[in-house]
Amino acid sequence: MVWVNDVIQGILIGGLYALFACGLSLMFGVMKVVNLAHGDLAVIGAYIAVGVIAITHIPVLWSFVIVVPLMAVLGYVLQRTVIQASLDRSILTTLLVTFGLSVVIENALLEFVSANSHSLGANNAIITDSFSIGSQITIAYLLLLIFVVAVVVLLGLQFFLYRSNYGRMIRAVADDKEAAQLSGIDYRHVFGIAAAIAFGTVALAGIAYGMYSQFAPTTGTDTILLFAFAAVVIGGLGSLWGTLLGGVVLGVAQAIGAQISGSDEFLAGYLVFLAVLVLRPQGLIARRGAS
Amino acid sequence: MTTFARTTARSGETYRVTRSRRNVAWTGLGALVVVVVLALFPFIVYSGTTTIMVQAFIILTMASMWNLLAGYAGLVSVGQQGFVGLGAYFVLFLNIHSLSMFTALPIAAVGCGVAAVPLWWLVSRLRSGYFAIATWVLATTIELIIERFPSLGSGTGMSLPHTPNVSSAVLEAYTYWIGLAVTVVALGSVYLLLRGRLGLVLTAVRDDEVAARSSGVRVGLARMLVFVVAGIGCGAAGALLAISQLIVQPSAVFSVSWTAEMAFAVIIGGLGTIEGPILGTIVYMVLQQTLASYNAWYLIILGLVAMVIAIFARRGLWGLIDEHLHVRLFPVGYWLWEPGTGRRPRRRAVTPP
Repeated sequence: MVWVNDVIQGILIGGLYALFACGLSLMFGVMKVVNLAHGDLAVIGAYIAVGVIAITHIPVLWSFVIVVPLMAVLGYVLQRTVIQASLDRSILTTLLVTFGLSVVIENALLEFVSANSHSLGANNAIITDSFSIGSQITIAYLLLLIFVVAVVVLLGLQFFLYRSNYGRMIRAVADDKEAAQLSGIDYRHVFGIAAAIAFGTVALAGIAYGMYSQFAPTTGTDTILLFAFAAVVIGGLGSLWGTLLGGVVLGVAQAIGAQISGSDEFLAGYLVFLAVLVLRPQGLIARRGAS
Repeated sequence: MTTFARTTARSGETYRVTRSRRNVAWTGLGALVVVVVLALFPFIVYSGTTTIMVQAFIILTMASMWNLLAGYAGLVSVGQQGFVGLGAYFVLFLNIHSLSMFTALPIAAVGCGVAAVPLWWLVSRLRSGYFAIATWVLATTIELIIERFPSLGSGTGMSLPHTPNVSSAVLEAYTYWIGLAVTVVALGSVYLLLRGRLGLVLTAVRDDEVAARSSGVRVGLARMLVFVVAGIGCGAAGALLAISQLIVQPSAVFSVSWTAEMAFAVIIGGLGTIEGPILGTIVYMVLQQTLASYNAWYLIILGLVAMVIAIFARRGLWGLIDEHLHVRLFPVGYWLWEPGTGRRPRRRAVTPP
């Protein structure tokens, strides 16, 4: 029964990891940019939420209404300036620049908001409460909510990319930006929009993590970026549903690792990641016809 | 002038190909003088200075390795701290088994090289950005595994149990000389590697990977060689770190800020030039010492400068110097001297990577 509980908790936390991975996956899929500052941006989202809640006294669960648009604007601006400028040089430059950005953000946060941990909504009933099934299984409302949000975000992205005109434009630019440009699409603007969407999901991921656990400036790299990446690789590059599956597999592996020994939680997750890398480098769900 | 080849073109005109525009014998002699002067440092400066110099040696060794990876092989690794930590822990492990820490250093470096082979096999399946994060995950995994061993101090680390029975001044001097030796060997190996066949292969791959592959260049093998050499170098730097601090703590030796520091030194100094990491390390040390009392500010400033340079001056400070003065301390490319141009060649035959 204890194992069943682990698997359920792992699946639920997998939703959070999929939410982490969403923005990383989208930016790579469209711009071919691997944003090494991804995790730190999520942490910035969480800190903005802390600030927004302190100023406006908005309920924690509704903080995303302000934080997501803010981060989306930041995403558009960053993409049109720094990321586009480095993309014009080379892919290697985008790595150097986003890595620099990651280090700068992390250390600036250490300077300005200190290394102390923060959390979001520690006294909110919906965030801290849970319900029980039987005597062994306890499910936190928050994790269930995050899982639902992750599925909704993934479904929404899927629908947006494959059913809407703008989504078609983004996919066209991702496939061949010169050809798209010839058809009258300003690919830089489309990249900016894609980055805005990615940063919106990053903000959601940051807020979700802030409600789920305490966070500090270093959380961005040692937790969010690495887990997001592990989820993407386990699931299969470029597949949205693979990302959810990857998050779930990572979550279950961690939950089972934690059951074996408290210190094995993260190690178990990474070992599963390495096993997938060795045995099935294309990921559990390989996108058909992926270039 | 190291004349590499003489080619007779039409009607007796002579093309000459040389390694450098200027006489490299002088730079060789200059390098020798610098090393000798540096070797005499423990006799002429305060021990505080040699301690800072050891730190510079560590950064320079790491930076020249990272430059080999990112600047020449196009492999952006964000997980080099894995090798730094591994090198430090090799020294700790051997020292616990009562081997002198100085003897342990070369063994640790070789050990890291051996470890790099299976690790390369794991990460080589991923390209560019995903390669970068995969190396990061690997470094974290290595740290988590090492923290499981109570005999190595678990998560808190431990001091080296068997330190040489000499006064601290002598110990510092020994550490300094070992550090100098590690740096000279690291820079020398990178130079010789890039001068030889590997340099040519990496240049070909950088210019056109598909063309290089179809001409029979073993691209994967060249990249693996670079990864292993970088593993050895960063391992040696990590071992040097353990020796200079006499304590090994997992969170310190496996910190991603090592990779940040080596990357920033390379980007600022000049990615893809051997001289770049040297210049970058000097800039790094000056900034770090100046801003030492302002906590993390030196990393923020270094990061911002590195971002600006990565976008606007791809080949860093040394690239700017080279562009205007055509100075190469470590020539790895070739100059083509057209007939009758004498001392003023018009164009470069093969640009170094």
